[in-house]
Amino acid sequence: MNEILEKLSLYWNYPFVRYALAVGVLIALCSSLLGVTLVLKRFSFIGDGLSHVAFGAMAIAAVMQITNEMPIVMVITIISAILLLRTGQNTKIKGDAAIAMISVGALAIGYLLMNIFSTSSNLSGDVCSTLFGSTSILTLSSVEVWLCVGMSILVVTLFVLFYNKIFAVTFDENFARATGTKAELYNLLIAVIIAIIIVLAMNLVGSLLISALVIFPALSAMRIFKSFRSVTVFSAILSVVCSLIGILVSVLAGTPVGSTIVAVQIFAFALSWIVGSIFVRCK
Amino acid sequence: MAQLICQNLSVGYDGKTVIHGLNFSVNSGDYLSIVGENGSGKSTLMKTILGLQPPVSGSISTGDGLKRNEIGYLPQQTVVQKDFPASVREIVLSGCQARCGSRPFYNKEEKNLASDSMKKMNIIPLAKHCYRELSGGQQQRVLLARALCATRKMLLLDEPVSGLDPKVTAEMYSLINKLNKKDGITVIMISHDISAAIHYSSHILHIGENIFYGTKDEYLKSPQGALFESTKGGVFYERNS
Repeated sequence: MNEILEKLSLYWNYPFVRYALAVGVLIALCSSLLGVTLVLKRFSFIGDGLSHVAFGAMAIAAVMQITNEMPIVMVITIISAILLLRTGQNTKIKGDAAIAMISVGALAIGYLLMNIFSTSSNLSGDVCSTLFGSTSILTLSSVEVWLCVGMSILVVTLFVLFYNKIFAVTFDENFARATGTKAELYNLLIAVIIAIIIVLAMNLVGSLLISALVIFPALSAMRIFKSFRSVTVFSAILSVVCSLIGILVSVLAGTPVGSTIVAVQIFAFALSWIVGSIFVRCK
Repeated sequence: MAQLICQNLSVGYDGKTVIHGLNFSVNSGDYLSIVGENGSGKSTLMKTILGLQPPVSGSISTGDGLKRNEIGYLPQQTVVQKDFPASVREIVLSGCQARCGSRPFYNKEEKNLASDSMKKMNIIPLAKHCYRELSGGQQQRVLLARALCATRKMLLLDEPVSGLDPKVTAEMYSLINKLNKKDGITVIMISHDISAAIHYSSHILHIGENIFYGTKDEYLKSPQGALFESTKGGVFYERNS
């Protein structure tokens, strides 16, 4: 035990570890907020689709040799989020098919571009780290950290301000529209927020594992809690705790950050499942 | 002065018209039942009245101080709602959303309104319960309380008793009747249950090949109503016991 603490305090002296923890906590907080809404609106896979789009965008940025790729990736992802939402309402291509189409397409194009125009000697390493996150969170520059902080504040503020409206639109979109709530506007808002979260979260867990960060805390919280507010609050807390544990474990044991966090999330989900079913049986 | 006037209204979806040339008006305090076979366009008509889809042709106008977004709506339940982690209070309060406008949080007045609506529906003891753990009848009462938060004047009910057992159905009908008679709220109800429609409503709109609109007494004398009268509501049961 002492050994672990010593090791931790040693790492604490390095700024990149502190950055990683701060960014990890913020991303975990943001990504869990909209999880409940996405799960309930049957949009669990929108995160997956958008993250693949972000991967494609990153490949384009890499090919064009743009050093700070976050803004361009953000813009492309937000546009795709809006388009995905539009097709969700259009009956010609159903929502899930549209998501599958765009996500697989973007993944393929992204890899193709990286392969053709790559200047790096370690192509598969690059691809792997974009897909699974690996070390990028430990190499964040202070600009990226501040961008991340700013975006997180934006996301949390928007969520709190529009909490009641997001609830109304999630629970019953038709009722909300019939009584004069601008449901389309709030759906758009949800899409934009989720796009921002995904681009942020790519740093932490990589594009393949983002969905886990979005839906696991919500699903775990839904096992135990009964009201929308308590589910939202608990999933935020759970997500932050899981990410902290995940990052610390990965620093200590040298495991990849993203998959360690997801493993902790899975464990937390199993635990919530058990707690939930015991609680229900007792009642 | 009528609250809701439909003039020469045709409704449909995807460019297909299902109801042609509908003319009717609803006055304050009326209890209108919309009956007709499956697929005759009842739900499409309701969605058009609510402004969820545009009419194919014709017009819908409101009067007597009623605004288009002041119509309370009791929808049929969706799959999403059956599994929704929300407390009764949260759902009823969400009916006040339209009153908020761009204000982010509910104020005291709206919270009181939600409490009043819950009191009317006898669901105060359930306020902290989880919506998905309630029985079908309780869930309907929660959604009705939410609709009451959105309106003081007019309720649109889309098959409010579907899937409820006879006892709960009777309770639901008497609750709706009380809202109509005691609180003076105009009720427009889509129903499959013609005998209940005739028992409670003041006006009937029958949608089908021949459209009928009129008071209950006129309906009973009309060809459509006479068909119902001749079977006394107990339609085609095989009696082999």
